[in-house]
Amino acid sequence: MPLGQLAGLKPAKQLREYFGEAILEAATNNSKIVVLDGDLGNSTGASTVRKALPDRFYNIGIAESNMISISAGLAACGFIPFATSLSSFLLCNAFEQIRISVAIANLNVKLVGSHSGMTTNREGPSSMSIEDFALSLGLPTFTVLVPSDPVTMHRAVQASVEINGPVYIRSSREPMPYIYSEDDCHFQVGKANVVHEGNDVTIIACGLMVPVTLDAAVILEQEGIRARVLDMHTLRPLDQDAILTAARETAAIVTAEEHMITGGMGSAVSQVVAKNCPVPMRFIGIQDRYPRSGSLEELMKSMDMLPADVAAAARDLVLIKRNQARI
Amino acid sequence: MEENKSINIQELIELARGFRLDVLTMTSRYSAHLSSCLSAVEIMTALYFGGILRYRADDPKWPNRDRFILSKGHAAPIFYTVLAHAGYFDIARLAHFREIGDELHGHPIQDTLPGVEFTSGSLGQGLSFGIGHVLARFQNGQDYWTYVLMGDGECEAGQVWEAAMSAAHLKVNQLVAIVDHNKYQQTGPISREMSLAPFVDKWKSFGWHTEECNGHDIAEILAVNERVRRVKDQPVVLIAHTVKGKGISFVEADYSFHGRGLSPEQASKAREEILCHSVN
Repeated sequence: MPLGQLAGLKPAKQLREYFGEAILEAATNNSKIVVLDGDLGNSTGASTVRKALPDRFYNIGIAESNMISISAGLAACGFIPFATSLSSFLLCNAFEQIRISVAIANLNVKLVGSHSGMTTNREGPSSMSIEDFALSLGLPTFTVLVPSDPVTMHRAVQASVEINGPVYIRSSREPMPYIYSEDDCHFQVGKANVVHEGNDVTIIACGLMVPVTLDAAVILEQEGIRARVLDMHTLRPLDQDAILTAARETAAIVTAEEHMITGGMGSAVSQVVAKNCPVPMRFIGIQDRYPRSGSLEELMKSMDMLPADVAAAARDLVLIKRNQARI
Repeated sequence: MEENKSINIQELIELARGFRLDVLTMTSRYSAHLSSCLSAVEIMTALYFGGILRYRADDPKWPNRDRFILSKGHAAPIFYTVLAHAGYFDIARLAHFREIGDELHGHPIQDTLPGVEFTSGSLGQGLSFGIGHVLARFQNGQDYWTYVLMGDGECEAGQVWEAAMSAAHLKVNQLVAIVDHNKYQQTGPISREMSLAPFVDKWKSFGWHTEECNGHDIAEILAVNERVRRVKDQPVVLIAHTVKGKGISFVEADYSFHGRGLSPEQASKAREEILCHSVN
């Protein structure tokens, strides 16, 4: 079933196409932006810049380490390089260069990784990017942005240009439906958006799991459970206020991410919850084992990441709360 | 050398002798890579005091400065020594190398210290970073030169050859990779551990202009740099033949000194040798 169908979300093109639009718009408006490609510009969307602004586009070839260090050199000279590839190649091949030349040096390099999560589906796990949150969140100078729809992709790219420092933007080849409309999207880095109101349980989602979670919220609503859904589009800086408000007001939190459940958003959220306001939690995501090849829906089913699974986790927590209340 | 009449080679040799002593002191305290610094002393002296690099120590970010990127970051002591003597910061700070509270880190961190352009300590990355500086120069229409100092063992890293390939492809010029070719890596002779041969031919086949020189002969380094400066259509690699531990006989003779400093007795013997013998 298409993402967001239960919730009645408006379908969109693949998310990477909006990255292509957004980066072209940004580069057109800012002559300091240059785009570097690991020979996947036609997969990531970055080739829009190659066509329109060829002087500011470099295909460095299948050599991500070189691409990142060159980007760092450009950033040191005042440029705003966007280094682009599939997330897994970008972060895994060049992690050492990202860590040293970008993160430690705190340089103004933007990483944009497409095909994140399990969306390479039938290609198998080698090209899946399911450790990228753990990797990027391991770098304390990085801002980590996870757009969930066309509008937030545009906003994330714009916001990343305004940040003077390293940013990782997670893109995808999945068509992710509209969560927002152009004129009704407050996108502020570090401020989660409430995309569904409720006080029985909170589901904190990011990226592709936002439409999945909105579908889950519909299932829960049919059972009389009102779920609050947060779009945690920024993983660093993490919106601690929104998390703590949710913990206090709903006393139950589910996290949902298209990433290994260790080292990603769920881990980061649980750290905030455990320290300040412990409440029961459930973690939806890839269950610390490698997915196989298959359709995205099959893969999500194998990891209990479908709307029904998210709803089940939320229902669990609501039952626990009710039992506790009885005691 | 004709174009460098104002440069007094003898003065540079004496300067280099002083730098060796500084490096000896710095590395004897908390240990560091003494022998990897000693092979690069004349190269660094020629770069900063022989008129090769254009820089303003009182304006380290001067946009038209020539760029110096230390890719072999473990040579930090000679780098810091040369920067301090060039006027980037107070020479007294050299005493705080590797100490908390100052910015003379074990391996350099970009922008923490005036004159430090690059974060190094993991090998193989500096040449790519230098290419970034060249691409920025193209974008900005500037004219500076970019020098990258690399180790020879470092050239075992795949990224070096990614960089070499892309430099030629992107028509990068005014980029000079100097390889401090001291023939040793940590665990032994390069020829035994992971041979680079045919080293010069490899660079040639990647589209680079190649030069070689005796990396301990300052006059020769300056002369070869004159030739390098006339190459405008290719990146250049300058393979500087050097001796690991140069200037201290018992360090030259024992590659196991990589990464460790000298005992007080060894240091005083080394000091005597440096004072009594000239390297050139």
